Parts: sequence; structure tokens; C-alpha cells
Amino acid sequence: MAKTFKILRFDPTRDDRPRFQEFVHDPKPTDSILECLKAIRDRQDPSLAFRYSCREAVCGACAMSINGRISLACKTIVRNLEGDPVVIEPLPNLEIQKDLYVDLAPFWKAYRFVEPYLRAEGEPPAQGHRISEERMEKVLPYASCIMCACCYAACPAAARDDRYIGPAALAKLDRFRLDPRDRRPKESLEKVDSPAGVWGCDTVFRCNDVCPKDVRPADGIEALRRALVARKIARLFKRDK
Amino acid sequence: MLEHDILIVGGGLAGLSAALNADPKLRTAVVSKVHPLRSHSVAAQGGINAALANNPDGRDDTWEKHAFDTVKGSDYLADQEAVAVLCREAVRAIYELDHWGVPFSRFPDGSIAQRPFGGAGFPRTCYAQDRTGQVILHTLYEQCLRREIPFYEDWLVTTLIVRDGRCEGVIAYDMASGQILPVFARAVVFATGGYGRVFLRTTNAYINLGGGIGMAYQAGVPLKDMEFVQFHPTSLYGKNILITEGARGEGGYLLNSEGRRFMEDYAPKSMELAPRDIVARAIQTEIDLGRGYENGYVLLDLRHLGKEKILKRLPSIREICLNFAGLDPVETPIPIQPAQHYSMGGIDVDPTCASPVAGFFAAGECACVSVHGANRMGGNSLLEAVVFGKIAGASASAYVRGSHLPPPDEAAARAESLNLSERLRKFRDREVGENVFQLFDRLKILMSEKAGIFRTAKNLEDAIEEIHELREAYHRAFIFGPSVRYCQELIVMVEFESMLDISEVILLGALRREETRGSHYRRDFPVRLDDPWLRHTVVTKTKKGPAVGYRPVTLGTYEPKERTY
Repeated sequence: MAKTFKILRFDPTRDDRPRFQEFVHDPKPTDSILECLKAIRDRQDPSLAFRYSCREAVCGACAMSINGRISLACKTIVRNLEGDPVVIEPLPNLEIQKDLYVDLAPFWKAYRFVEPYLRAEGEPPAQGHRISEERMEKVLPYASCIMCACCYAACPAAARDDRYIGPAALAKLDRFRLDPRDRRPKESLEKVDSPAGVWGCDTVFRCNDVCPKDVRPADGIEALRRALVARKIARLFKRDK
Repeated sequence: MLEHDILIVGGGLAGLSAALNADPKLRTAVVSKVHPLRSHSVAAQGGINAALANNPDGRDDTWEKHAFDTVKGSDYLADQEAVAVLCREAVRAIYELDHWGVPFSRFPDGSIAQRPFGGAGFPRTCYAQDRTGQVILHTLYEQCLRREIPFYEDWLVTTLIVRDGRCEGVIAYDMASGQILPVFARAVVFATGGYGRVFLRTTNAYINLGGGIGMAYQAGVPLKDMEFVQFHPTSLYGKNILITEGARGEGGYLLNSEGRRFMEDYAPKSMELAPRDIVARAIQTEIDLGRGYENGYVLLDLRHLGKEKILKRLPSIREICLNFAGLDPVETPIPIQPAQHYSMGGIDVDPTCASPVAGFFAAGECACVSVHGANRMGGNSLLEAVVFGKIAGASASAYVRGSHLPPPDEAAARAESLNLSERLRKFRDREVGENVFQLFDRLKILMSEKAGIFRTAKNLEDAIEEIHELREAYHRAFIFGPSVRYCQELIVMVEFESMLDISEVILLGALRREETRGSHYRRDFPVRLDDPWLRHTVVTKTKKGPAVGYRPVTLGTYEPKERTY
């Protein structure tokens, strides 16, 4: 059945303000929104700009707002969408570069702030690291994060305060905290012991709701909070002695 | 003026491995048309091979056995000295990735887990659930951040600059500004991946247009063994999203519409775990003989593995099925069909990743060393990207350190950039013309129909004819949009020329090769003929068109034998 797609168009170097443009397209019920966007671009308006790559919800390129819900365009299937028109907008709270392209610089900056890399020193052990299955199972859910920025765009705290580094970066830090191979100094966690860090979270769990990979970043933020509080308590006891 | 010692093009596994292994004293940068984390390496699911001998059923595994499986799998077309490098370096490469933070799944003793894969004598495929490519790519990117390696993101390289047989850099399109300008480099490493989107049915990402391979060819670098195109046996019916070989490695069955495990007719010993060329042909044969469903698919049955194993080992496969097919593999078999998956051929390089053009290197899927020969083993592509990515980084570093290079010809490069801008402006100035996206559609239908799993001289000849027609049409194409910023039309316009060149080279190589070997199956020549075809195809672009030549295969320990599984 043909549907109307209301797509936000904007080129900040040419237009005064964003506007919606309507396209009529007749998708299969099994098509994804990304397939719809490609069909519209290829057959109706080749100037329509949007990011994409893998089309199977693993690269994180096509995050956008679809009928007000933040998700990956490739993962959103037409038959699961109610109503007509389908309203497609870029991720909120980020600067539009062109049409559905947004500038993710603040998101990547926040990510770099937590030093998002495993810090192991020296040469690898001859037979590899020995890590229990149970411990690795704790790390793996975080490792399924694809850095799509859905959580960052949906986060009310990040929308309100651009210093807040947001859910993905904090979850990434917790991923390294849980990894027995990581040798970062324990006090490096204190980097996020601030309103721009773990205390900036509103605990409304929008990030857990919108995450297309079920990473549950808010659980990571809570775990970091507990770890930081535990460190403080431990320090108090030390002082008492 | 933008200038680097080493410029790496492509931010997937091969590109990032090259960046991490380049001499840190040199000025290295990575250019990518997408953010590196959007590279197609993320889509690799099942794993990466190394003879760690961690699996209780694989204690006797050695790198030499890995090499033998790779050579046999290649239908003896792989160069055996290169395969030795791949398999010997594999063990160290895995431990290095582990040390950098790749969350490999573990065995109960805490060692890196290994699963069986097709065509392998031992279970030697290391994995992180079924998202191995994603976690390795993320880990390498993280380590690049640690090393503060600069990235040009959303930059499309359009041209390789070669002057007097020496590479001086690239011309690139900066999508954010819309500018086309030269980036000079003393050495350039291409790690630009494959061309899967030249085919209608492919597991590849939308971005895999093959631009890098085409650009190298246009700059005079030969392409090797391009007729060898891997079709993966199991892609999700309709969408062609990859369903990992790991699903069969974990014990999945292939069933035809009679409910029979038909692989017993094709590979009675290995069954579902025969190499990909054999399984893909078996599936297509079943479908063609009317033993498939809806003339398009057979079933991959995982139900007997049980919910727990599926959730633990194949969570992404379940997620893909739930989301894109609306079915749960715990309860329902998965409809699957073969689809283009990988390019064994590519830019002609030696085992140091050097091409015949001084200062130009290539690694990963865009390159052909060759370690995969006529058919790649599952679990060897991530390995090749990592091992030869590292080698490319080291080779490029040695080249830059060891040579006194004259400064690049800046004026000539600028003229070349202007020339390209001018050509693109012509596309834009037209009022009517061909829509390049529609030409693209025609090309991929053509390639899937005429150069797929089964080939004949007639089909290949027809397809070459049609490529010439498409080339004519391409010269009449035009660009609709007024803006040059983030212009995907422009990207496809630039890369489409490469796609035409690549397709022509695939078709020519396939037409000339009158035998069947690995992935290349000729219905009119259905057997392998080592005399004269145990040799590499090498195609060079000349003013008169593609020039086809041949080069001997480097044999070694393993004498060519008939492949049985």
C-alpha cells in the first residue's frame, strides 16, 4: 500500500530553515525504512542525503527519528509502523549537516573523554589471557554497542546539558572496568564522578528503551555509580584507621 | 596542502591494522568514506582462524594444517608461500587482538574458544559469539584512538595519483565541504574492501561498490584473479543478510523441500561443513531442480541446537531472523539462498602487499596476494585483513624510510583535481540524461544473471556486450541535485565507473578461463584443468581496453590433487 513519507530537508549552506518534503512510495510490508529512503532517493530525488552502510543493524550509521521514535532506519520495518504519513527526521539535539546527516562530533568527543580503549601493557601473554566464561559474558553485552548514538540523541539529560557525556560513553567505560585485561588506574573512574559524568543521568532509562542492540547503557551508569560510591566508602574507612 | 607520509584508504580491519602497525614516527592518516565503525568488517560474524589448538577436538592442530586446508580450499590456486605467512602469523595476531581487548568467547578453562568451520580439518575458528568482525573492528578503532591516529571521515578517494610509475597520493572528495582536492602521500595503502554491490544478491553493505579496486585499475595497477567471486551458501532469503557459517559450525542442518539433508549427495563426509563453493552450488542445484521452496530457497534448521545454545552462541543470527524475517530460529527453520559474499581477486600485490607501482600497497579484500586462490575458507577473511593489514603498514613504512623521494608534482595533481571537478560539472550541467542509480540497477541484475554461481560462454559474452552499452549510457548520465555537499549521487557517479571496469574484468577473466575451479564454475567446461589453468589471471587496463595475461602459481609443499570433502 502506498504511503506518504514526510522527510525533513535542510542544507544549512543554502536554506534558511528546515522544511518537510512529502514523497509517495509504495513499499513492501517487509521493507525497512532504509530501503524506502533508498528507493525514494534512487527513483524520485537523488539529492536526498542520509547515512547508511550495513543495512543489518550492525554498523550504526542510519540512526534517525521515525514517527518520533529514535531508531535505526534499517531495523524499522514498514509493517510494524502504524499510520500515514511516516515522518522521518534527523536525530534530535545534534546539528544538521544536510537532510538526515547530523554532526556527531559531540557524541564522539564524549566517547573519547572516557579513554575508550583497553589499556594492557607489554607483550601479550604467550598463550593468551585466561578469562573465565562468566566474566566474558559480562563484557559481551556491552561489546554489542554499535555507537549509533540513538541513546545519546534520546537522552533528556544530554539534551539539556551539552557537558553531559551521555549513556554510550559511560557504558563503554563500564565495559573496560569489567574487563580483567584492562590496567587503567582505579582513580581514572573519578573522571566521570561529576554532573557531566555518572551523576548527570536522570535515571529515566530512555537509553535502555531506544537502544537497538539491547545494550542497556543505564545499567552501566548505575554500576559505575555503585563502584564510585564503594571507593568513597572504602577511603573513609581507611581514614578512620 | 594536505600531506602525509602514509595515507591509508579504508577504515575497516585491514586499514586499521595497517595504521596500527605503521611506524609511529611517520605521519600516518586514514581516509574513509564512512566513519570507520561503519565499515563492512562489522558484518563478519562467525570468526577468525588460527591454529591455537584450544578446542579439545583440535589439540593436534598446527599452522601447517591450517595452511593445507587453505590451499586445498583454494582449489590449489593460492600461492603457498603467502598462505604460510597467513597461517604462521595467525596465532600471534589473535593473541595481539586479545591483548588489545577483543572480547573473544572463552572455553571453560579460560582460553579463547574455537568452533568448527567449513573445509577445516580442526575446529580452529576463534569467535566472539556471532559478532566477531564488529568487536575486532571496534577494538582496533579504539587502539587507533589511543595512538591518536588522524582520520579523514566522510572523505571519498576518487583517484590514485601515479606519476612515472610512482604513487604520489590521491584525489579526494570532502563530503562536508563539497571540495575535490589532492592529498599527497609518500606511500598509499588501499584497504577499500570488496565490490559486492556489483551483484543484485549480496551479503555486502550498501557501501561496497568496489571503488578502490577500480581506481587502482584505472591508474594502471593490474587486477588479479577477478573471476573468482565467492557466493556464500547461506544468506537470508530476500534480504540476503549473512547467516554465518558458524550456524552450521554449531551443528545446523541444510534441508530441501523433501526435508532431506541434501548435502549427503554432494559432500558425504563434510556434509554442511564442506567449503563454501561446494555448498553454494549444492543449494543452487537443489533450487534449480525444484527441490527448494518458491523457486528461491532451502532451509537452514537450527531447532535441534536448542534455545540455550542459540542464545549463547548465535544471538545476532536470532536477532536478524526475528527482525528481518519475523521468525524465531529456535522454533522455525531459516529460509536461505546463496548470495555474493567475497572477492578472492583484487589488486595485484606480492606477499609484502606491494603492487607493481612504487609506493602503492593494498591489503584485505581489495587486494589479491593470493591466499584464497579460487575459493576462500570461512574464517580466513578477517585473518587476511589483520595479518596483511599489518604487513602493509610495515611495508609502507619501510618504503617511506628507505627512499629519498622527490616532492610530489603539486601543480599536476591540482590540475587533475580540477579536471575531475570539471567532469562532474558536465554531469551536473546536463538538463536530461540517465539516472546513475537506474544504471546501477541494470548492472547488478546483469551480473547476478550472467556471472553468478553457474556460468557459460554465451552468458558471459552477452554480459560483456551489455557492459559496453551501460558504459555508453553512463557517459550520458547527469546529476539532479544542486548541492555538492554530502552528495551521494556524486559518490555513485564516481564509483560507477569503477563498477563497470570491475564487472568487465570479472567477465573477461571468467570467459577466458575455460575450466571449473573453486568458485568459478563453467557449465560448458565443468572440470578443473591444471594444464594450462593452474595460473593466475592478471588484467591490466590499456588504451585499447583490458589486456589479459597470466602468471604461474607459487606451489610448495602441497601438490595439486582432486578436491573431495
